[in-house]
Formats: sequence, C-alpha cells, structure tokens
Amino acid sequence: MDEKSNPGVDRGTMDLIEEHPILDFPRGEKVSFFFDGREMEGYEGEPIAVALHANGIRVYRETAEMHRPRGFFCAIGKCSSCFMVVDGVPNVRTCITPLKPGMKVETQHGKGCVPEAEE
Amino acid sequence: MKTLSTEILVIGGGAAGLSAAAEAAAAGAKVLVAESDLHLGGQLVKQTHKFFGSKDEYAGTRGFKIADILLSEIDSCKENVEIHTNTTITGFYSEDGTFTAMRGEEKYFHIKAKKTIVATGAQERLIPFPNNDLPGVYGAGAVQTLMNVYGVVPGKRVLMVGAGNIGLIVSYQLMQAGVEVAAVVEAAPRVGGYWVHAAKIRRMGVPILLRHSIRKAVGDQVITGAYITALNDRFEPEGEETYVDCDVICIAVGLSPTTEILSQAGCKMMYVPQLCGLVARRDRTMKTSNPDFFTAGDASGIEEASAAMVEGRIAGLSAAADLGYPTEHGKLDEYWGRLQALRSGEAGARICQGLECVLVNRWEDVSDD
Repeated sequence: MDEKSNPGVDRGTMDLIEEHPILDFPRGEKVSFFFDGREMEGYEGEPIAVALHANGIRVYRETAEMHRPRGFFCAIGKCSSCFMVVDGVPNVRTCITPLKPGMKVETQHGKGCVPEAEE
Repeated sequence: MKTLSTEILVIGGGAAGLSAAAEAAAAGAKVLVAESDLHLGGQLVKQTHKFFGSKDEYAGTRGFKIADILLSEIDSCKENVEIHTNTTITGFYSEDGTFTAMRGEEKYFHIKAKKTIVATGAQERLIPFPNNDLPGVYGAGAVQTLMNVYGVVPGKRVLMVGAGNIGLIVSYQLMQAGVEVAAVVEAAPRVGGYWVHAAKIRRMGVPILLRHSIRKAVGDQVITGAYITALNDRFEPEGEETYVDCDVICIAVGLSPTTEILSQAGCKMMYVPQLCGLVARRDRTMKTSNPDFFTAGDASGIEEASAAMVEGRIAGLSAAADLGYPTEHGKLDEYWGRLQALRSGEAGARICQGLECVLVNRWEDVSDD
C-alpha cells in the first residue's frame, strides 16, 4: 500500500476529536503497535480498526479474487470488511478486537494463511 | 471444551438485551449476557441526542446516558448477572441445545441455557452503486462508533445517503464533531425522519436533496468523491450527474434484523417488510415458536430504541416467569400499554401493521408449514 491508498501513513499524528459539545472520550494508555512494519500509536483497548483509522489508514485488506481494497464498514463485527492479520492470525475482526501494546497488524491479502500449530 | 451454564442467556447487550437482563435478574433469575462488542450499551452509547417517546423510556435523556441508567439497574442485582463482552455467539445446535461461543477470535467455549433471549440487533443495509465496496463507504452506525465512542474523526467531508432518522441524526452528530457534511441525499420525495432533526441540519446550512440518490462512488483505493443525481417518479436517474467532493460516503438507508440464531433454533420466521426483514413469529410475551427462545429489540423488527427497551423488559419478565420466578401481576399489560403509547404515531402505525402479520395469539392455531 502506498501513500495514495493510505494518505495518513507516516505522518505521525492522529485524527482525534479534541473538543466535543456533549461527549468526552476516556482513552486508554497510549501504546505503540505496528502496521505492516511501521510503528504507530494508538490507545490500549480501543479496537484495532479505530486506531488504524485515527492514523489515516483506510485500506485493511485486499479481496481474494478481484483484489479490491476493503476497510472499515459496520464496526460491530458483523460484515467481514475489516479482516486483517493480527500477530500472525488471519481474518481477525479488527473492529471488535482490542489494541494491545506491540501488536503486529498486517494488511490481509486474500484469504490469509492459517498459522502452523505450535508444538 | 469449557461449558458455561445459566438460566437465561441474553444474546446482545444493547438497549433490548440490557433491559431484558435487568428485568429477569430483578425477578431472581440467573442471567448471562453475551455481547460481541468490547462494551455494553449497543447503539445507545453512540447517541448524543435527547430521546423522544415517553418518560417511562427516558424521554429527554441523551442516549448514552440511558445506557448508564440501564447498567446501574443491572449493577443493583449484579449477583444474578454474569456479563461477557467481546464474546460472540457463533451458533446454536438444537440436537443437544448447546450454543457455541467465542471470546475474542480464538477462545472457544459452549453455553447451555434454560431460556434464551435473542436481542442481537440489526445490521446496516447497503444499496448498489459502482465502487460501493471502497474504503470510505461506511455504515452510519460505524461512523457513530468512530466519532462518538472513540473520538476519532471519520473524515473531512461526508456525503450522507438517506434522510431517515439515522441519516439526519448522524449528520448532526458529524457537525458536532467538527466534520463537514456536503449534503444529504434521499431517494424518497420527503424526509423520512422527524422534522425536528431535519430542521436542525438545514439551519446549519446542509442541503437535504430529496428525490436524489448516489450514482457512483469515485476513488482508486479509497473514496475521493461521488456523483449524485436527481430521480424521477419511478426512482430512475434524471438529468445531469453532479460531482460531490467527499472522503466518506455514509450509508443510512436502513437496517435488517440479525436473526440467524433464531433460525438455527427452529423458530418460525416470517418476512415482514414493515419490520424490515426476516423476523421470528412471537406471542405477546415475545416468546417464539420454540418455547425456550424469546426475541426483542431490532432483532424482532427495526424500531426505535425506546420500543426495544420495553420489548426487552417483556422478554426478560416472561423468561423469568416461565422458569417459575414470581413476577408482578399486571406488569405484562403495563408494558404493552407503554408499547402502544410509543407506537401511536405515524411510524408506529407501520410497525403495528407489521406486528399484525407476525404476532401469534395461540401457538396451537399456527400451522406447521
């Protein structure tokens, strides 16, 4: 994925709502994680997909046959659009999987590979 | 594999599920709530506006505060309630009455329950147009999750598709969050949502284009714009297409009930357009044709959160009563009175039409077909 597809890559800021007339946003600890090898910051416990969005990342996976980009869509774990490879595990619903420090999040190409079982 | 057992399993911790859990636990039943999201409250926690409806259903209170009220009600009988968030019910096996469940993406276990309340809510509908699969085309609920739950800016400039209550409310919420709304397009010749919501966004200068729809989304890897067009009386595109500069296309064209578990449990289902899709037949206690399964909230037909909360209470009360817990006499009638009051308006008339098709008076009279 290049600059054009994910305009926020490497810019080092997050798209956060700083002031809201009604809501405030209690956030977890600020932690770093990796997206396709690039280090990024997010808040522990927020969904991975949300942390990526705040970092300007829009494309989360590429479909198996037509190679179409896919990203955020339903945000409630029902639609499959935001499947990614997380710490080697494919097809993770990143919209309802909490971010943890040091997580390795990768763009999923196609159906993903099931990791070898550990001995 | 580990098996959890409970008296009442509530699937879904949103408006209906929390109300059901509160009601059943107050009656003395042991309740397990399984919620796939990371937190409870469902769509309530995403709502910044004050609810309409009646005082009994917290009219005048903002949605996210209503979730807090329900949670504190549950907390007051917490010895009866076990809550599992980030836990998805993935199936029901009727041969031995077991639910399969998944915590996160990798921890699998079983659940057994005497009674089950299916309050699984709904999922966003999508309409067909070229490039509707590109990142940047988001469901209205997803936009609310980003900005109202996690405080993340969804985009710079949004085209809203749909002028029902959700489209109107989310447009207003976007502006609250400092995001520009380019326009709201609505295929129907009139605004579908409450006039007061439409008036709020018109006052803030956002055009609501009736008899208009999106023709196609533009973008290579992500959305960079959209073409919209006017529609004629037969909903066919008419005249020139207009380009709208936007990086988010927010889809608010309605919801479909989430009902797979009910189908797996063999509940008699029916397609009811007024309730927006396939729903379970049910009696006045929200019990389905499978006497161990109840349905409530959007899963039983798309309606407002106020009605979902009352339906949840009915289902919770009835499930507890079926297990032999004493419940207050006349409470069921009181809840039906509240539902009738909530459904007295124009939108409610449509719901009542739908309910006439799906509601069962006596299960003995329902044929097996």
